[in-house]
Amino acid sequence: MTQLVLFNITNGLIVGAFYVLMALGLSLILNLSNVINFAHANFLTLGGYFAYVLIPFIGFWAALFVAPLLTAIVGIIVERLMIRRVYGRDPVYSLLLTFGLAFILQDVCRYVWGTQGLPLAVPASIAQPLSADLFFITGYRVFMVAIVLVAVTGLFAFLRYSRIGVRIRAGILDLETVAALGVNVQLLRSLNFAVGIFLAGLAGVLAAGQIGLNPNMGDTLLMPSFIAIIVGGVGSLAGTLFGGLLIGVAAAITTVFYPTAADAVIYVIMALVLLARPRGLLGEEGMMS
Amino acid sequence: MSEATVLRAAATPFLSRQRLGLAALWAVLILVPFWVPLVGGYTQLAGRALVLGLAAMALNFLLGFTGVMSFGHAAWFGLGAYGTGLMLRYVTSSSLLATLAGVLLGGVLGTVLGRLLVRRRGVYFAMITIAFGQIFFYIAYRWNSLTGGDDGLRGFQRQPIGFGRFLLDIQGNDVALYYYLLFVFAICVGLMGLLLGSPFGRTLIAIRENERRARFLGIDVERQIWLSFSLSCFFCSAAGALYALLNNFADPMTLHYTLSGEIVIMAVMGGMRSFWGPLLGAAVFVVLQDYVSSMTVNWMSFIGLLFVLVVLFAPRGLLGALQRETPR
Repeated sequence: MTQLVLFNITNGLIVGAFYVLMALGLSLILNLSNVINFAHANFLTLGGYFAYVLIPFIGFWAALFVAPLLTAIVGIIVERLMIRRVYGRDPVYSLLLTFGLAFILQDVCRYVWGTQGLPLAVPASIAQPLSADLFFITGYRVFMVAIVLVAVTGLFAFLRYSRIGVRIRAGILDLETVAALGVNVQLLRSLNFAVGIFLAGLAGVLAAGQIGLNPNMGDTLLMPSFIAIIVGGVGSLAGTLFGGLLIGVAAAITTVFYPTAADAVIYVIMALVLLARPRGLLGEEGMMS
Repeated sequence: MSEATVLRAAATPFLSRQRLGLAALWAVLILVPFWVPLVGGYTQLAGRALVLGLAAMALNFLLGFTGVMSFGHAAWFGLGAYGTGLMLRYVTSSSLLATLAGVLLGGVLGTVLGRLLVRRRGVYFAMITIAFGQIFFYIAYRWNSLTGGDDGLRGFQRQPIGFGRFLLDIQGNDVALYYYLLFVFAICVGLMGLLLGSPFGRTLIAIRENERRARFLGIDVERQIWLSFSLSCFFCSAAGALYALLNNFADPMTLHYTLSGEIVIMAVMGGMRSFWGPLLGAAVFVVLQDYVSSMTVNWMSFIGLLFVLVVLFAPRGLLGALQRETPR
């Protein structure tokens, strides 16, 4: 029993780590540009497929960095060509636009790589279980969690210490003032979008190594990522981080005792948080309205 | 009758353009079984357009006339469908009662959950409605024994409706079914029109135009938005109830946020500032989807492209574009 619970908590942390990577990117874009990126999950999928194409040429380790970078470049192109046009307009337009993009990207992946699942080769050095007792802790899982940790630390350091990061944070608080101070807001939004998409692409590569590739692989992550943001509190990246881990572990523990409710429990958590603390666990007053 | 109404009525000639347009519209709707086969359609498709049109108009009650964006209306639509299906399968053989059950299931749940939403605005309102909507998708998906899970709820048949000696055979006769759909549609749309024309409807528009000013005028904004959301849920689940009758089937995908997005695009494509726009949008969407999905397997790209094109090039919608040309 202990082992089962431990197994599921480990699972939950890993799933939660994916939610966190997805949700942090979504959250960045939402906070600065007021756009919910419905296509976020499809950028994740695209990142996985890019890695699939790149690995035979440059190997897994390089692909782990290059594939998300390529995804981010696609993201910038999409942002410059389309999403930029709906900034500042009624939010219904940005939702519809990214919704349509999600359809298109999914169909493109299906068209190019087929509907069949494809495996992503992971180096043998990290594919082994670490111990016989805790068979479920493979090297790859530890590796995933480590990469997510590095990425999240990197993101927070970037936002805290780099010039662009500081401007992004300032823009989240008051974009008009930032623009008045002479910052190129258009460029800032593009970069911010790219950072968000990079995280999605990275999650895509990691997820592909664990569960393989298919055109819908990101879809199951989208709703939990929304919920991670709502639970953690809109406007707070630390909240998103906490929210993602919380719902990942909560769903995993529910799986032990009552598997059919595993999907539902995260929605229950959301409803409870909205009832008891409408701004989210770490959200700031007024950010949600 | 208020002073303004009297004045407006006096100023409008009996055969105004507006009234003629309305009469023409209803004539087109009533005559559907006669002209649709002539242009290569079928009555079932027209029924689908009518039902989704009602859903889009219900959404637009909130989106276009209150200025609050729900991106989770599929939930209420799907609950209406499941309510009707479950009622017909397990409880009653009356199509009327089953329709009512569907309307109540979606409407009441929407009203209850709406209470949690009314303080949110803009994208946050949208995000929370999406997430709430998915709750019902997962319930229908997982509760196999009751809902049929992934396969959807089957095993029920709409039943003929009897009024004394007169029998409306909506079971075997497509045309009779269409008129039943149109009957419920007319009730809902009539109610929506009355509500929007009433002081309550004016209040909603005031909130849409300037929420802060409305609040200063003493309007209880949260309460009005909650009311508007609830009404919108009731109308939308009426559409869902009809959808279940139309297909003799309740599909978990009717609860999925993909449908929510489609309902929103119908409303926007038709013109979200106009009362009838969403119906036009739904008709265009349904016909396009039917046509494209019969032509190519990559129909998702076309639908996605439609979303993008509407947003970038026709944000005011089909009727919105027409209205701009006529001076106020």
